Amino acid sequence: MTDGITNILVVGIGGQGVMTAAEMLARAALAQGFDVKKTEVAGMAQRGGVVSSHVRFGHKVYSPQIEPGEADLLIGFEAAEALRWFPYLRPTGVAMVNTLRIAPPVVSTGLYPYPADPIGELAATGIEVHAFDAGAIAEALGNSKLVNTIMLGAISDHLPFPAEVLKTCIVEGFRAYKPKLAEVNAEAFEAGRGKAKN
Amino acid sequence: MNAVVHALAESRYLLSGNEAVARAAWEAGVRVAAAYPGTPATEILENIARYPELYSEWSVNEKVAVEVAIGASLAGSRALAAMKHVGMNVASDAFMTQALAGVVGGLVIVVADDVGLSSSQNEQDSRYWGRFGHMPILEPSDSQEAYEMVKQAFPLSEKYEVPVIIRMTTRVCHVKAMVTFTGERIEHRAAGFQKNSQRWVMTPANAKPRLPVMHERDRTLREVAEASDLNEIFVGSDHRVGFVTSGPAFMHVRETFPHAPVLKIGFSHPAPLAKICAFAATVATLVVVEETEPLLENEIRAAGIAVHGKDILPRFGELAPGVLRPAIKSLLGEPYAVPNRPQADVFPRPPTMCASCPHLGPYFALSHLRNLNIIGDIGCYTLGAGHPWNALDTCTCMGASLSMAHGMDKGRGESDEKKHMVAVIGDSTFLHMGMQGLLNMVYNRGNVTVLLLDNRSVGMTGGQENPGTGEDLHGQAAPRVNFAKLVEALGVRPERIRMVDPYELPTIVKLVREEVKMNEPSVIITDRPCSLTDRFERFKSYQVLDNLCTGCGNCIDLGCPAIFVTHRETAATKSGKTRELVFAGIDASSCTGCHMCVGTCAPEAIVQMQPQPLQIPAQPIRIHRHD
Repeated sequence: MTDGITNILVVGIGGQGVMTAAEMLARAALAQGFDVKKTEVAGMAQRGGVVSSHVRFGHKVYSPQIEPGEADLLIGFEAAEALRWFPYLRPTGVAMVNTLRIAPPVVSTGLYPYPADPIGELAATGIEVHAFDAGAIAEALGNSKLVNTIMLGAISDHLPFPAEVLKTCIVEGFRAYKPKLAEVNAEAFEAGRGKAKN
Repeated sequence: MNAVVHALAESRYLLSGNEAVARAAWEAGVRVAAAYPGTPATEILENIARYPELYSEWSVNEKVAVEVAIGASLAGSRALAAMKHVGMNVASDAFMTQALAGVVGGLVIVVADDVGLSSSQNEQDSRYWGRFGHMPILEPSDSQEAYEMVKQAFPLSEKYEVPVIIRMTTRVCHVKAMVTFTGERIEHRAAGFQKNSQRWVMTPANAKPRLPVMHERDRTLREVAEASDLNEIFVGSDHRVGFVTSGPAFMHVRETFPHAPVLKIGFSHPAPLAKICAFAATVATLVVVEETEPLLENEIRAAGIAVHGKDILPRFGELAPGVLRPAIKSLLGEPYAVPNRPQADVFPRPPTMCASCPHLGPYFALSHLRNLNIIGDIGCYTLGAGHPWNALDTCTCMGASLSMAHGMDKGRGESDEKKHMVAVIGDSTFLHMGMQGLLNMVYNRGNVTVLLLDNRSVGMTGGQENPGTGEDLHGQAAPRVNFAKLVEALGVRPERIRMVDPYELPTIVKLVREEVKMNEPSVIITDRPCSLTDRFERFKSYQVLDNLCTGCGNCIDLGCPAIFVTHRETAATKSGKTRELVFAGIDASSCTGCHMCVGTCAPEAIVQMQPQPLQIPAQPIRIHRHD
């Protein structure tokens, strides 16, 4: 977090909620009074492509883009995507990775192999890696869409502001638009948070 | 999100550039807004549509959108048209002449350049249009500026009776940043169209006297630009290099060289050359950082000012900090070591068609037929060029498929002797600019088989409405075009208009095979909705019965992302050769039950999953009544 700017890169596949997660982080930073910018490259991402969303916040943010080697946190919604994007992390950065593996058609039809152990490869680079099966937690809570909130809960103790700020942003957001989902998202957040501490 | 609509002045929101433009249009009293969807501009109209005080529409193409805005302007209304960069090419016929005639109500054209081609067929610098059409250009570098510049553009347009271009790029449109609102809606009443044929009927006799007026306007606008506070100097402490920059490149410059003097060009055409000249005198070396063409750079150099630009920076793509730093360090003669970052070896993940996409069937058919030249168009179906179909041979611009296929037919070369010409186009692209190509082909007795893939949406940009969907921008019921009747009216014989369910693979293969053999234009129309839209109906998933799967691999050729390879085996054929068997499975979570793959499976190994059998309890259930 040099120059007082925090850089968070959220990566995954179109449809996983990467952009929503980044939006939540941006709103939480905003609620803390930071200047915030968020950007993504997702032109054709809805068609199963890669999505990467950049969130930057601090006293004053100019460029919206995180440069390779400058990310403080990497949130990977899919194992191979976390591996693809790890060069964006600083050596002191933290990677929070969902162990989910999604093989695109070029892999499932045998043109390319899926990395045998993406988490192991990540860990071997020396960066701090936390990996867990967010999907299993979501299933246990009864809604596969909770992965998003679980991942945010998991990263919440690595932010330069209290985890509760992010939690409040998420839960209040649901309370305003989908009140039935507010409580389960609060649970999901704490479940993710607990998992990351293990 | 809806909170932004009607939020009070002084409120602050995290908004994308596109959302900021919409809010500004509302505040500025815009009465008519029109657009055709296109990344990265699509959300401008989607957000304007949330404001009930103004009329907004999806027009059928960008030229129509600009013409709608021009008409509203001549009636005295403030009007806005939005589009992606390539849309400007389509719209240019309208605004090139209207810029000469002038406008009444403020007319603003918001154009979004896809710098770096995240979702486009080329990279264009729309600032050329300002020079070409003699229109002023404002260039925001973030959401707040997009908001402010759109508000300023309307009085500017009215005062100088000229359309104003707001030039955005992907990194303004799709970046979310803080915006503080400075006002709320102020209505601008329209006086109504004032007839004046000398002014508005652009015959040569009437147009000629407008030329000196237009050039005088250019001169005046340059004075306006010189005085504009949109061209702002940031005094730095390190005067070795000073930057002239515009748009998001300004942000990258400030990020990379926080101590350098910067002249940020917001009013970018006509360029404030006197201001630039004065700024140049305060720095040792002047560098222009602009995306993407050297427009300011060339004008500055022509004004006799020594300047660096594209001699040290890339000619295309985003000028992000990682690009700027080595170039400027090198200019200063400072050492710069490119960081050595190990890359992980990870497979590519290109965009692909979705599970149950109605385009899969036609591409399965095309990939199984020989002797076709397949001329494509702009839309999700362009993905047919990829794995595993490899069944698209060209893609150029909106609507080009029919006309290019016709031209390829007429200009057949030696290797095309036995080839059949096939054009592939979607519903919205056909209505945008494809109809003319079909009319032309019929009129000129061409011979092309057209696959009109009607998925009832503008799919690639996120499922927007068009005249073929039955709904408008606001989700209200709208007249729905009948494609079969439309193509018949354009002259295709009824016998050659074939409706087909794209999920019925044997039928579509048979139909394409039949139609390509005809010696006249034929149109095959599919009729299943995009599987990402609400019109799509999901059914119970299918599965592969392992004991019946023979490993033929046919279903894999469909390219449905729900189908995967479980394992491969090598088997001996009767002739003694070896053959690879590919066994398949279906991912139940992504399968939508469209049943398309059933048609690929001769041994009938693909079957729908059965509902869970009812658990019949051994003991009768006791029902406790609490009444």
